[in-house]
Amino acid sequence: MGHVLAQIWEVLTRRIDGFLFAIALSIVGVGLITLFSATDQNVARVSSQLGSLGFALVLMWLVANVPPQSLARVAVPLYVVAVAMLIAVAMFGTVVNGSRRWLNLGVARFQPSELMKVALPLMLAWYFQKFEGRIRWKDFVLTAILIAVPVYLIKRQPDLGTALLIGAAGFYILYLAGLSWKIILGLVIVAGAAAPLVLQHLHGYQRERILTFLDPSRDPLGAGYHATQASIALGSGGVIGKGWLNGTQTHLDFLPEKHTDFIFAVFGEEFGLIGAALLLLLYLLLIGRGMVIAANASTLFARLVAGAVTLMFFTYAFVNMGMVSGLLPVVGVPLPLVSFGGTALVSLFIGLGILMSVQSHRKLMNT
Amino acid sequence: MDWLNSHARGWRRSGNAMSAFGSRELRNPDREVFFFRRRLSVAAVLIFAAFGGLLTRFFYLQVTQHKHYETLAETNRIAIVPIVPNRGVITDRNGVVLAESYSAYTLEIQPARVRNLDETIDALGQVVEVQPRDRKRFRKLLEESKNFESLPLRTRLSDEEVARFAVNRYRFPGVEIKARLFRQYPFAEMASHVIGYIGRINDRDVSRIEDWDETTNYKGSDYIGKVGVELSYERELHGTTGVEEVEVDAGGRAVRTLSRAPPMSGNDLRLSLDIKLQEVAEEAFGDRRGALVAIDPANGDVLAFVSKPGFDPNLFVDGIDPANWEILNESPDKPLLNRPLRGAYPPGSTIKPFLALGALTSGKRTPSQAIHDPGFFQIAGQAHRFRDDKPGGHGTVDMYKSIVVSCDTYYYMLANDTDIDENARFLSQFGFGQRTGIDIEGELTGVLPSRAWKRNRFSAAQYREEHRKWYLGDSISAGIGQGYNAFTPIQLAHAIATIANNGVSFRPHLVKTIRNAGTGAVTEVVREPERTIGLRPEHLALIRNALVGVNKEGTGATAFRNTAYVSAGKTGTAQLFSLKGEKYSASRVDERLRDHAWFIAYAPADKPRIALAVLVENGGFGAQAAAPVARQVMDYYLTGDQKKPATPAPAAAPADSEDESD
Repeated sequence: MGHVLAQIWEVLTRRIDGFLFAIALSIVGVGLITLFSATDQNVARVSSQLGSLGFALVLMWLVANVPPQSLARVAVPLYVVAVAMLIAVAMFGTVVNGSRRWLNLGVARFQPSELMKVALPLMLAWYFQKFEGRIRWKDFVLTAILIAVPVYLIKRQPDLGTALLIGAAGFYILYLAGLSWKIILGLVIVAGAAAPLVLQHLHGYQRERILTFLDPSRDPLGAGYHATQASIALGSGGVIGKGWLNGTQTHLDFLPEKHTDFIFAVFGEEFGLIGAALLLLLYLLLIGRGMVIAANASTLFARLVAGAVTLMFFTYAFVNMGMVSGLLPVVGVPLPLVSFGGTALVSLFIGLGILMSVQSHRKLMNT
Repeated sequence: MDWLNSHARGWRRSGNAMSAFGSRELRNPDREVFFFRRRLSVAAVLIFAAFGGLLTRFFYLQVTQHKHYETLAETNRIAIVPIVPNRGVITDRNGVVLAESYSAYTLEIQPARVRNLDETIDALGQVVEVQPRDRKRFRKLLEESKNFESLPLRTRLSDEEVARFAVNRYRFPGVEIKARLFRQYPFAEMASHVIGYIGRINDRDVSRIEDWDETTNYKGSDYIGKVGVELSYERELHGTTGVEEVEVDAGGRAVRTLSRAPPMSGNDLRLSLDIKLQEVAEEAFGDRRGALVAIDPANGDVLAFVSKPGFDPNLFVDGIDPANWEILNESPDKPLLNRPLRGAYPPGSTIKPFLALGALTSGKRTPSQAIHDPGFFQIAGQAHRFRDDKPGGHGTVDMYKSIVVSCDTYYYMLANDTDIDENARFLSQFGFGQRTGIDIEGELTGVLPSRAWKRNRFSAAQYREEHRKWYLGDSISAGIGQGYNAFTPIQLAHAIATIANNGVSFRPHLVKTIRNAGTGAVTEVVREPERTIGLRPEHLALIRNALVGVNKEGTGATAFRNTAYVSAGKTGTAQLFSLKGEKYSASRVDERLRDHAWFIAYAPADKPRIALAVLVENGGFGAQAAAPVARQVMDYYLTGDQKKPATPAPAAAPADSEDESD
């Protein structure tokens, strides 16, 4: 009997990276505690998030058990399906909050841009693995197109935040694959020069958010309200915070979207600088572990995917906390593993599953 | 900078002048890993820098500027409060108010801020009246609420109760008096299935609001249309939510208004319904169950829409208490069932004029072609006798007589000589077996049988080919409106209105006009005919003449004796209980298994102003049960006469020599 249990345990844990898993669960724990407070002690919301977590863990385990080479094989079909779904969304997607982002699959609504978050890095990594050794200008142009198509489709939903994030994921692969620094420098200059032009073509609320970021007093009760109230929440939290369930900004309803994009403001108000620093440390440990896994990976594909997934975790965390603390404009990016929302949680744990797969299948492929 | 230089050297050395990727040409795997790790290291440095930046920012906000933000948080007294708009008023066609909003005080509890709910409610009970049903309803709301919002314990407080609570307010943190808008339905049960009701917004409603992209506009709204016109015209009725900027005290209570963008009331609806006519119609039913739909054939206005029994929509507004819910939901009379829309009944003989018209149009019958009715019909080579209701038969019967006396044998033969699929195609032009598209939700399609329908209906694995095949016997039953046929009362009303309007049909509608609350502009809901059926005028004239004959000398004559107008009608009986060839006797059958009585009619016959379908559940013969209801409604509508006509003679003493069959 004990033997059987030991075997089951072995199957369950063989591909799981203990360190990564422990850190991820700690961050999720912080998230659930904060969520309970942010939703005014709504047990239903917390258990709904727990349900998503259960589903996400199963997917993580499954992905961790798929060897990276198999992931490479599904990369192209996955990317094609994701692009097709984005086109389908543009044609007959469901409109929620003024954006056409959802595809109604009868039983559930599904956001194809979430699938693209996984599909694009896999696709690009597959490409570099396949053409390893003879990457020319035309390959750069081709990969740029592979990135640009989904970014454009998502941008016009409109969902600028996700479009930029997916663009960043593509860029990370190019960067890790060795994109020349000259081109990177060139891209930065072009992006800087194009910014005013892009601003003109943005949708009303997007432009409003960026202009408001540049000058919050522009609209203190409208678009600037979020940013101002979040800063007040963080700042009034002080070093040790107001204590769990005691944030006045949170509980008197001054904070908007406090259980989703702005949950970090709730955390910072109630747990102060100490809490915020600890959360930063947890993210740093998670990212550090991801980098170690990427550095030790045995194939180019595995290296690129693991590296890009890790950098994406960083990007989400940085952009969200930067937005809440007023360093960056307000874009709709959830705080990874903390914000309420099942879809994001599932994609993040799939990302962790990929890292674990890369780590645990390393020896098998080393020659 | 060494890593950058060596990198640059790397691609220069490769000899590929146009390489976008410096190191790729070097096939040495170790070098490859080396370059990759260097890129990761650069990223790591940037990540440290970025997190360092965040930490610095946190330090700035939470330590350096802490005092400043603490003060801001304490004086954070400006709250944005939504102002719920006034819901639009619903009136009948003459402006009589059927649903309106009024403002009243409610006693509300924020459960998250109350330590012991039961104690608090007990204590409140000494200040204001709290009935056990208020407690039960509150418990139910508490279970359903997700966001721990403010929930009403008592509604419609008297001024005295408000004053008493105000004095004791300090004892009850988390309890507040609020002025809220309520909905009132002054006619209670009358037309309840048309008007419907509003109720508290639930999860399903939330996703509906999201799909409309109206989340912001429903901030502060607690109620939404659930049934009837309140549901289908929700977006007209709701209005635009206003915004108020208020100064609040430390406990979050509003102290002073700083600015205000007023809400915009919802649009007012004027129904096509005539509530007086509705009242006459509902009273004509007495205690009987059934449905009635009266339509103005010239434009599709629904003049009366009865579903008996009804329910009191006022019960639902604040959340119905479990006891009342149980009564309504479990009653065998099904008061919550919208019978005109969701009751599908075999049409019985009311289908006959439509089948006759179809046979004329297809040339399968001529007006003068007569049959001999021996009192039954047999399929060639089969022993089974399809019986006529009149033993011994009606003798020689032509088309006119077949409708006037409702001769079954004529239609058995007609069904035998026509094709079920062709008949289905013809009947579908009148809207049979389809939703009429009336402007409230939940309409059933009913069943217009055809070969394809039967095959599809019995496609499941447990059925065999013999179940799926269409038999001639199926056609014969369908010829007198029995068998698989099932139509809703609204479909029959729509169909007879189409006959009354010479084949030009209008989509029936309950809302006549919408008045924009902001501009006062009035828009009409439906004006264009839905379709025109290709019918020969002489065919239509024959059928219309026969329908007049029904009320003059046929099955409807008793009920329509001495009218001030000329009317046209057709009786029908929907069999529920198969008697296998035995003679039906109402007294021997349980009341709930008795036949349903139908009557369709329009008047005046030459220039119809009203067309209707009446169904009396378990009423027995259409002539006895349903026709008098139709007469009372038409009398009132056409002559203003509200007096009940003399009760028609019982079945045992038929007025004419014609029998009482359908």
